[in-house]
Amino acid sequence: MQTLKESLSSKKFTITAEICPPKGTDTSDFLKKAQLLKGKIAAANVTDNQRAVMRLSSLACSVILLKEGIDPVFQMTCRDRNRIALQSDIMGASVLGIKNILALSGDHVSFGDHREAKPVFDLDSVQLVQVIDKLNKGTNMKDMPLKGGTDFFIGAVVAPEADPVEPEMIKFEKKVEAGARFFQTQAIYNMEKFHRFYEYAKRFGVKILGGILLLKSAKMANFLNTNVPGVKVPKHLIDELEKAQDQLEKGIEIAARQVNELRSFCDGAHIMAIGQEESVVRIIEGAVL
Amino acid sequence: MIITKKKDFSKILEYLNGREKIYLFGCNSCAEQCETGGEREVKAMADLLEKQGKKVIGFSVPDETCYSMLIKKHFREDKDVLEKVDAILVLACGAGVKAVADAAGDGMAVFPALDSLYLANVTRYGHFFEGCSLCGDCVLAETGGICPHTQCPKSLLNGPCGGMVNAKCEVNLENECAWIMIYRRLKAQERLDVLKRIAPPKDHSNGVKPRTVIVESRNKKQS
Repeated sequence: MQTLKESLSSKKFTITAEICPPKGTDTSDFLKKAQLLKGKIAAANVTDNQRAVMRLSSLACSVILLKEGIDPVFQMTCRDRNRIALQSDIMGASVLGIKNILALSGDHVSFGDHREAKPVFDLDSVQLVQVIDKLNKGTNMKDMPLKGGTDFFIGAVVAPEADPVEPEMIKFEKKVEAGARFFQTQAIYNMEKFHRFYEYAKRFGVKILGGILLLKSAKMANFLNTNVPGVKVPKHLIDELEKAQDQLEKGIEIAARQVNELRSFCDGAHIMAIGQEESVVRIIEGAVL
Repeated sequence: MIITKKKDFSKILEYLNGREKIYLFGCNSCAEQCETGGEREVKAMADLLEKQGKKVIGFSVPDETCYSMLIKKHFREDKDVLEKVDAILVLACGAGVKAVADAAGDGMAVFPALDSLYLANVTRYGHFFEGCSLCGDCVLAETGGICPHTQCPKSLLNGPCGGMVNAKCEVNLENECAWIMIYRRLKAQERLDVLKRIAPPKDHSNGVKPRTVIVESRNKKQS
């Protein structure tokens, strides 16, 4: 099994996709989705209670992927664990054979299904990257030597279309300084703008995977715009979907088109299909043509 | 200023179930300004309780109910009335409830009528904005006087999250993103270099509860 790090180092266009853990312990659908993607993508991201909705643990699901021969990207947010639990789980992931971590702040609990929960946020995403980097160097975050450190390929997220963009770019540079080696971006809608970001970002010697979000329908695009933090689907794409006879087909076509555009300059693409993992294969196949 | 809000009256009736003779405390300081525990609200509460068949046999609205020693004094002075009650209801912040509960002694049931919310800036009369979380590890020097620990719902210390939309906060789109405000202020002060430094994790060891401070000079004055 080629790892995400090997794939990105080999300079070939690298595709990752997101798989969402189930709401419960029945992993049969999760496994089916994983098997569909096996061999088609370099690594699969396992989301960590995304949108603050309680699901099966991203660590457990990452281990399941590993057993299936898929390189997992263990997504870890700062929302639900303090610095003790985070370090402990990072080391736990390491001994279970996980190689990649994506450090995120996490969606706020007020978006989820447990709105009464205490939002932890003891660390932020920059600090979490720093902590993983320290564990990689064999110490805990307080610089105390550990009996065995970790060896993670550390990833983080960047929002190239943030407005205003300067504070986001300052944060991106802090993540690089903290030890992030690859970035999966939030969904791209303006490829020209993204290309400019890529030209700036590549100076830092990190790998960038452009985020592609599958739009299943115009209705979904509108829903995302109102309900999902940081997502703003432009009107021209919503119009394109609306006019189509089969909106899902059109969504797959748009995503494949975006992946193809990325192929011409970027290190890779990260496909987020939110519950439509079976379409990821079709996006990839569509993009090859 | 400590901000409080009224608990549901049904909750208060639940607390007082089976207790007939009630004494009320308000607070003429923060709770008066929040219109949750001034004299007017205490009297309104007395009326409501009377309508439910309770007997409100007395009330008091101290200037600052959080001053435990003054409340103790009040209990000594009003001993005859306070000894006869079945319960005391306090229309003040949690510190006020504690002061009354401690002064009342172990045998007396004391209940809160309010929920205590936060420390506020008074931005206009009647407008209370949360600007400080009393964390014990102040970062305002690095953030242009805007507290990211308080004004960012995720308490992020190193810049905006991916959910920032047009400089607004994803959690409440009516709020400006705290980090955009900090960025603008530091930029105006030509201090963006501060923003570029990685802020370390917060030191929560100063926040181990319960916290106590004794100002020796004041301590002597009183004794």
